[in-house]
This record gives sequence, C-alpha cells and structure tokens, in this order.
Amino acid sequence: MARPLRDVSISKSALARNPFGWAPPLTFAIFVGPILLGLFGTLLPSFGLQPALGQFELSLNPWCAFLSDPALVKSLRLTLTVGFGATAIAVIIGFGSVATLYGTRAFAVVRALLAPALAFPHASFAVGLAFLIAPSGWIARLLSPWATGWDQPPDLLIIRDPDAIALMLSLALKESLFLILMIVGALGQINAGTMMRSARSMGYAPARAWLLVVAPQIYAQVRLPIYAMLASALSIVDMAIVLGPAAPPPLAPMTLDWFRELDTARQLMASAAAIFQLLLVIVAILLWRLGETIVRQSMRGLLTSGIRHGWSERIVGSVGKVGIAFALVASLGAILMLIFWSFAGTWSWPSALPEQWSTAMWVRSVDTLAELVGRSAIIGIAVSAVATALTILCLEAGVGRSTPRWLAILYIPLLVPQISFLFGIQLLWNRLWLDGTVVAVALTQLLFVLPYVFLVLSDPYRALDPLIAIAARSLGASRVRTLFKIKLPLLARPVAGAMAIGFAVSVGLYLPTMFAGAGRIDTLTTEAIALASGADRRQAGIIAFALTVLPFMALALVNLAPNWERRTSR
Amino acid sequence: MTSTGLILKDVHLGIGGRTLLNGLSLEIAPGEIVTLMGESGSGKSSLIAYICGSLDAEFDVAGSITLEEQDIVSLPIERRRIGVMFQDDVLFAHMSVGENLAFAVPKGIGKAERQRRVDDALVEAELEGFAARDPATLSGGQKARVALMRALLAEPRAMLLDEPFSRLDATLRERVRNFAFTTIKRRNIPALLVTHDLQDKTDRVITLGTANN
Amino acid sequence: MTNPPFGVTRRQLSLGLLIMPAMLSGCAKPAPEERISATTPWDDIEKMARGQTVNWQAWAGDPKINDYIGWTAQTVKARFGIDLVHVKTSDTTAFIQTLLGEKSSGRMSGGRTDMVWLNGENFSAAKGLDLLWGPFAERLSNWKLVDVKGKPSTINDFTLPTEGYESPWGMAQLAFFHDSATLANPPRTIPAMLAWAKSNPGRFAYPAPPDFTGVTFLKQALLELSADRAPFYKPVDKATFAAQTAPLWAYLDQLNPVAWRSGKSFPPDYPSLRQLLEDREIGIAFAFNPSEALNAVNSGLLPATTRAYILEGGTIQNTHFVAIPFNSSAKAGAMVVANFLLSPEAQARKADPRLWGDATVLDLSAVAPDDQARFAALPKGAALPDAQSLARALAEPHPSWMLALGDAWRARYAT
Repeated sequence: MARPLRDVSISKSALARNPFGWAPPLTFAIFVGPILLGLFGTLLPSFGLQPALGQFELSLNPWCAFLSDPALVKSLRLTLTVGFGATAIAVIIGFGSVATLYGTRAFAVVRALLAPALAFPHASFAVGLAFLIAPSGWIARLLSPWATGWDQPPDLLIIRDPDAIALMLSLALKESLFLILMIVGALGQINAGTMMRSARSMGYAPARAWLLVVAPQIYAQVRLPIYAMLASALSIVDMAIVLGPAAPPPLAPMTLDWFRELDTARQLMASAAAIFQLLLVIVAILLWRLGETIVRQSMRGLLTSGIRHGWSERIVGSVGKVGIAFALVASLGAILMLIFWSFAGTWSWPSALPEQWSTAMWVRSVDTLAELVGRSAIIGIAVSAVATALTILCLEAGVGRSTPRWLAILYIPLLVPQISFLFGIQLLWNRLWLDGTVVAVALTQLLFVLPYVFLVLSDPYRALDPLIAIAARSLGASRVRTLFKIKLPLLARPVAGAMAIGFAVSVGLYLPTMFAGAGRIDTLTTEAIALASGADRRQAGIIAFALTVLPFMALALVNLAPNWERRTSR
Repeated sequence: MTSTGLILKDVHLGIGGRTLLNGLSLEIAPGEIVTLMGESGSGKSSLIAYICGSLDAEFDVAGSITLEEQDIVSLPIERRRIGVMFQDDVLFAHMSVGENLAFAVPKGIGKAERQRRVDDALVEAELEGFAARDPATLSGGQKARVALMRALLAEPRAMLLDEPFSRLDATLRERVRNFAFTTIKRRNIPALLVTHDLQDKTDRVITLGTANN
Repeated sequence: MTNPPFGVTRRQLSLGLLIMPAMLSGCAKPAPEERISATTPWDDIEKMARGQTVNWQAWAGDPKINDYIGWTAQTVKARFGIDLVHVKTSDTTAFIQTLLGEKSSGRMSGGRTDMVWLNGENFSAAKGLDLLWGPFAERLSNWKLVDVKGKPSTINDFTLPTEGYESPWGMAQLAFFHDSATLANPPRTIPAMLAWAKSNPGRFAYPAPPDFTGVTFLKQALLELSADRAPFYKPVDKATFAAQTAPLWAYLDQLNPVAWRSGKSFPPDYPSLRQLLEDREIGIAFAFNPSEALNAVNSGLLPATTRAYILEGGTIQNTHFVAIPFNSSAKAGAMVVANFLLSPEAQARKADPRLWGDATVLDLSAVAPDDQARFAALPKGAALPDAQSLARALAEPHPSWMLALGDAWRARYAT
C-alpha cells in the first residue's frame, strides 16, 4: 500500500531536479495519445457514429453486419490457424533449436546469421519465398521436368492455399528467428551457463537440461515478445497478401478490403471488424496464458521425475534444428530469388536459371528506385533518430529504472492489432490535415519504432557504470554536459545499434505507412507488397531486394563503426 | 583403496599460450576433502571446470583424470557423475525448494522413495518444512545448503566445490562450511575445494603458486 | 491511477496529450480563393491557370502511366505555365476519405488535391458526398470533340449521369488473351468458356471478388447469361437479386470445380492472373484494357504469340475520368489540364499502344484532319483486338452491382 505513494513522490522530486523531466510526458503523449485516439476513432464508427458525416445515432448495425458476414467463420478460422499455429511453431522451433544448439559451434553460426536475418523485412521475405516455393517457383523449376515430369507448373495448392497453411509456416519460420534473437538476449539476463553446468553435472542430457532448467526462466523473459508475435500473427497483413488465400483472406486483410470499399456501411463494418480483432487478440493472449499454465503444470511432473534423457527432448530438438535450418535456408533462398529475378531477362518455366541475364529492369527502375529508397531512408532515419533521442531522454529522466510496468506500455503498439487503431489514426491525421504526408507517416511509424529502440537501448544504458556519471558530475559537469560529453560517447555503439534497429523496423512497416500515407506516400515496403501479387517479377525482385539491402546496410554500418565501448562495458 | 578416489596425473592447463597449471598431480581418497588454495588467475577455477567437464574448448589441456578407476576426460559432463557446488547457488528459480531437490534424485526410483529422499535431505540441511518454498525467499546460508543437498542427491562419485562460501558473510560461512564438510564426509566420496580463503582448511591443503604463470 | 505508467503523473499526462495535437495542427495553412463563375470566358480561365500548381492524384502502379503523366506535366508547363504535380497513389479510393475529412472540418478551400483520376464507384461515392466541384466538363474547349453519342459511357459513368462533374479521359474494355502457340481457338462466349474449362480442367482462373477484375468477370458473365439486362442498369433490388443472378451462380457452380486449383484458391488480382498465364498455369487471361496483352508482350512478360480478343457478344466497356475536388486551390489549372487531356494530341498519345494504349474518348470524325492522321498512324500490334471487335461494347451496370455481386460471390464461394 505504501509503495505506490513512494513511487509517485520519487518521480515528482526527480522531475523537479531532472532537466529531462519533460521527456517522459512528451513521449507518453506521442506514444499513447495516437493509440488511444486511434482506437477511439475506430470504435466510434463501429457503433455507427460518424461525426464527419453528421451521424450521431448509436447503432449496432455495423456489428450485426460484421457478425453475419458469410465469410467470417472461415476467415476467423484462418486467422486463428495462422495466429496460434505460427506462434506455437515458432516457439517450438525457437526453444527446440536453442536447446540442442546451446553451447555448440553451430549456435555461434546461427547467432551470427540472426541479425541480418532479422533485418530481412517480412514483405521481401514473403516475396522471395513465393518465388521459391510456388508451383512455378525455383524449387519446382529445379526438379522439372526431369524428376517430376511436370511440363507446366503443377496444379498444386502450395501458396495461397485455402487453409493458409503456407502463410502459417512461412510466418512461423520468420518469427522463429526473431524469437531466437530474443532468447539469446534473455540468456544474458539469467545465469544460464552455470545452471546448465549444474544440471548436467547431475547427469541431465544437455538438451533436456536446457529445456527443464533454462527454458522456463527464459520463457518468463521473452513472454511479452511472444505475446507480440501472437498479436501480430493474428493480424498479419503484408505476408498474408503475398502468401495467404484471397477467398476469403484472414480477418486483417479482409478488414483492409472493407476499409477500401466505397460503401459507407462497409466501412463501418470494417471498423467493427477492427475492434473485433482487438478483442480477439486479448482473448487469444488470455488463452495463450492458459496454455502456458497447462504446459507448466504438465511439465511439473517431468521436473521431478529424475529422468535424465529421453525422446521428448530429442524430438523437440530435432524439430528445432530442422526448423531453424529451414528458416535460414528459406531466408537465404528468398534473397537469392530476389537477386535472380531482378537480373532476369527472360526466365520461363521450367528453366532453372534465367535464359538471359539483364540489367535492363534495373536501368528502367532506377528513377523509381531512387525515389523509393530515398523516401524510405529519410523516413527511417528521421523516425529512428527521434525514437533514439526520446529513448535517451526518457532513460535520463529515470523511466523504467525500478518497475517493469513501463515495459507493458511500451509493448502496446506491438500487442494491439495495427488495424484496430490505424484507421482511427488515419482519421486523426486527416483532421489535422496531415494525412498523406511524410510527417504523418513518420509520426505513425514512431509508435512502432520507439518500443524496439527502447528495448535495445535500455539494457546497455543501464549497464553503464553509474559511478562514471557521478564522477563526472562531482567534477562540476551538469547533467546535460555529462550526458553529451561522457555517457553518449561511451554508449556510441549501442546508440548506433538501436538507431539501426529502429531504421530497420521503420523501413519494413507496411500497414502504418499505408494508412498514414493515405496511398500517397509509397515506400519500398508498400511498393514491394503492391508488386508482389504478380506484376513484373523482375520489378518486384528489384524493389524487394532494395528493401532487404537498406536495413541490412544500416546494421552493417554499425558493425563497421569503431568499437569504443569495449573499454568501459563488460 | 586410494585408486577408487579422484586421481589427477600431470595435468597441464593453458590458454592462448599462457600456462595456468603445469603438471599438477593429485590423489583424493574417498571421504577426503582436499583444499586447493590460490590467488585469482592461478587456474584453480579452470581446473574445477576441467574436472567437471565444462572447460571451454579454447583451453589447451593435457593430463589424465580418473575417478573410480575410470578415465573421465573424454566423458561429457552429464556422464561423469561429479557434483559441483558453485560460488552462486544456482537454485532453479522456477522450481520450489523441494522440486529443486527432487530434480536431482536419480530416475527409476518410486514416487514415495523420491519424496522420502527429498524430505531426508531437508532434515539433514535443517530445512524441514521448506519444500514448498520459493528459493528466492531463502537466506544465503539456506540457499547454499539446498544447493549442496541437491548436488549430493544426484549421488555423485565426487564433489567439486568452487569457492562456494565466498558470497556468505563470516559467521554464516563458518556454519555452512562445517555443514558442507560433514555432509560430504558422510557420503564417503572424494571432494576438492578451491578457495582463496585461508579459513577454508580441510584434510589437506595444496597451494598453487602464482609462479606457474 | 496512483501508480501511473512511465512514472508520469496525471497532470503531466494531460499536459502531454494537449501538446501533441497543438504541435501538429500548426502545419496546416490556408490558400487564397479563386473565383470561377459560370460565365468566365475560357481565355480568362487559361490566364488564371498560369502559374498555378495542380496536384493531380493519380494511380501510379504502372510506369507507362507515370511516364504519360510526366509528359503531360512537361507539356502543360511549356504551353500553359502550369506546374502539374503527379501525386502518386496506390489507393484509388483514399482520396474520398481525405476529402470527407477536410469537408467535415470545414476546409472548404486551399485543398491539397486539385484533380483526381476516378470512375464508377469512386465517382458515385464522391459525387454523392458532394466532394466534387463543378459542373465544369462541358465548359472545356475540347468538350465538343467528345464522342458522347458513340461512346455514351463518356457522360454516363456506370449508368450515373456525369452532369459535368468529371471530364472523360480514356476508354477501357474487358479483353481476353491467350498464347496462340498453345491455344489456337480460344472460347469466345461465356458458355464456351465453361465448356473449354471442362475439357481443360485447372486451366481457367478469375481473380477473387471483390477484386475489380474479378467482379468485372462476374458482371460480364451475368450480362451474357441473362436474357433481360435491364435490371442491371438500375440499383440493386434486394428482393429480386437472387432470381436475377441465379444464372450466374448456376454457371459458376459448374465452372469453379474445373477451374484453377479446383476453385479452392483464386488469384487475388489481375497481375496474378497474368502471371499465371506467363507461367502457363492457365490458358486464358483477361484484363480491363484491350492493349494489356500487347503491353505484356512488349515488356517480355508474355510470348510474342499472345493474341487478344473481345467476346462475340461484346464485353464491358467503361470510361475513366478526371474530376476536381470541391476545395481545390487550382480549379482553373485543373480545368486547363483536363482540357489538354481531351486534346487530340494527348488522346492520340494515350491511344498509342507503345506508350499506353487506351482507346480515345473523342469522336474522330469531329477532329481536324491533321489530328485524324495522328490516330491513323498508330501501330496495330498483333496482340491487339481488331477495331471491329472493339466496337462490340457492353455498358457497365449500375455501381451498386459491384458490391452486391462481390458480396454474393463471397457468401457462396469464400466460406
């Protein structure tokens, strides 16, 4: 009871002295304001309220129309398949692979590949993967007709299958890489090495030891990222457009279709669908939590059974190893496909390689490409710079020093389905006469970039020896001076790293860019998705390749930068 | 009799061209506790890791280690059956005290018998009634005792103690040390303690010179 | 909230929430109003237009179209002193949302968009919401050249009278195409399409409605399968919809099982359909542009043996337009650009299949002989339907059929 009071008094007194005290409220406003207004702006129309059209009468018609939509049941089933399926498979691959690979040489290789694989935007991954696995894709071409006897692409439901299995598996592979990176980060937070040694010295096989002793503690650390994965898988749009079924699509793309309809009733219905997805995600996270409890309870017996090795960890480990191998091969294959297609002159079925190589499409696309790269990069740099600055200021102001509650707030944009509040945000920008401007796109992207930058930067920031700053200030340096002259130089590399991650996130954002840009601000991602459905594959290859290279270059730049921090942090 | 203990023959340890240990030979009989004294950097923790089987691949190693007349150098950690007590207690945070202990009981033992062994261990550690407790609520000395009992419940053929008391304050250290030594002796297994605390005296004390560097 | 998130007190929080919109709203600025009355002479309009910047929001999904708009910008700059900016958009309906927001917040002038490219549903929605400025089309000096008799869709956009609120820009027509090397005699009627699909299972596909091309195929089939087409040119009547569309569903019930992926999956849009033809997964594709096949051949996406054709009973044809938003800040400039787009020079260029390939909205007998020569000189590609078959045109049904057919299709086949 006494605790909350103390917290408030601390933050107040800190604010009085802290020259950065204004940063948290500002960040909070930029962050939570648009989300709340956005949700509100989506909620009102879902009950028939449209102040813009002078409609102030409460109505349940949008909800009735939505709930009686003939495609709803199927679409919901697809959504749940993709949401739970992709997340569960990603979790199994993530934990299974680290369980078997932990401490091996292969793990070092996987770790080294993670950062670039993570910088691979979902959109270009999907485009490249489609080139790889479609019935007319590279794998089929490599095997045809000599091995398969196919003299035309087979009539096989490989991508865009009506049950969205392809979408689910592709997303699972992509997300497993993200999860492994989170697991690697969490490994540093707990004493994993000693715990493993301890369990193994009691006779436990390595993978089993990891799963029984390390995994549950890691899981507690990566729970929020997993919820974010679940939420995003339940409301996936970009990959669903490329790899998912069209009749009907999962809920989020279907909602997007409705938003685009010119029928007012249909747009109200879309608002109801968008709010429904928020409820769906909340229920899904609760269900997932229930699942966690069930798994934990059923694991209790295993913990104390004394069994040192068995089939279960081998099966989970093999699934993990195969999964991670698939994820890495799929990523590499996807990039290769983008390069192949971008340089293809003509490449007809079933040639394994283009009959002619050509730079013609690159030459033809150079103007568009320059424009898109320039715009994506400028937005990305601006957004990541602002996000980094706000993060540093908030950290200076003491945000998140004691309680983990801020973390949950930070995760809001990642936990709330984008479509649930982006429609409302579009109305907000529209009201401010900013829709379709770079400013609106950048401000909207900030919501999604800030959490990542904060998560990446807060650990190294807090790891910095506080005595250094105290020493500087005892010599008479002001807080501001200490920040700029002492802390930031020491943190140059983590700051650059956080900016690079922010940049990568910004460049890859699809739905926020599309809504805030009102179709007028095209970036590499929106263009890649627009071209993905089947326009010129060479052009799609070029755009998606550029989309891949841009964030990758940002990360590479950081790695090339001199390693200043080595002397100070451990 | 001595051949059934833990025997180190001419053990060399080095890293990056630097020699840490140069030809250490040592025999520890069952029931005997040997203290290895040395300053930090003298290679004593690396030796523990070498015996336990967790030494990093980047170390250069030579020499044999036998336990109960079996050469264990090529065995992975989990097949050496050597218990370890670390500086940190590393109780598993997601398990209760009782589960931590039950985790160590070998398989193939009936449920009632497992429970009895856990209860006995708690009694031995003077922690009766602590089975359902969260390890995080234990004091440092209690944690250390649980960690030791957990290592011993796995029925190790030898015990390694890697500065296990260094995190405890002076009065507690004395009690935990006495508890550890009596409990290990009761199992009649060889034990090796590395420390830089001159108080941690046991049956035999070997001091590693910094001259080895 | 005794324990506020972020360690922020309620007062600071509300302060922050206030800062943001205030900070952002500083960006909007009004522009001076221009006055164009019903009697303003064309010369005066051209004078007013000089020096104006016209922001033209137009779909930018095709480099050819972007190049054409780029050429237009250069030409109107040189001749009329107008700065034409192509506001590229990938979403052809978003402008309605934007204009609606501006209208409801009282921004009646100084708008950021001066001209939009639209037709059918967009026009119906925008006009219905009073978002367009006009009438202006009939006051354009080139209006007299428009073939309003021969091409009634230039004044009846999806059955809706344009009433001068949009100016025609080009014609589009549904055309089918195939590779003559592998398929010599493609089916030329909707029933024949089904027969062909039955004997070539898995080789026919159509985009999943509510995609535009997909619904156009449904409309085409519906018109061809119905004896009485009159109801389709009126708004959908829910009471009679089921009976009126029964022949279509009977047809699709037979077609889907023998279609691509046995009707379990559908390509999402036209480009995917074309790609399926490119990969020889299907034998016939179709697009809402007769020169699409030729364009694809020229870009190396389809073999040179590709041929395009119009169905025997004709195919759906429509017109696309440009319109001026109610709050445009360069209405005179937009009128001059719209007028230029109607000029024989611009229309002939638009009709050139090497540059774009849209049929003209003009009555060629009304244009000067010199300009007629421009059209006569246009190349005739082998992948273009012949001129006679292009004359077999069906008018677009009422816009309400678009949504109704899409919904009914989803209810039957997407559940």
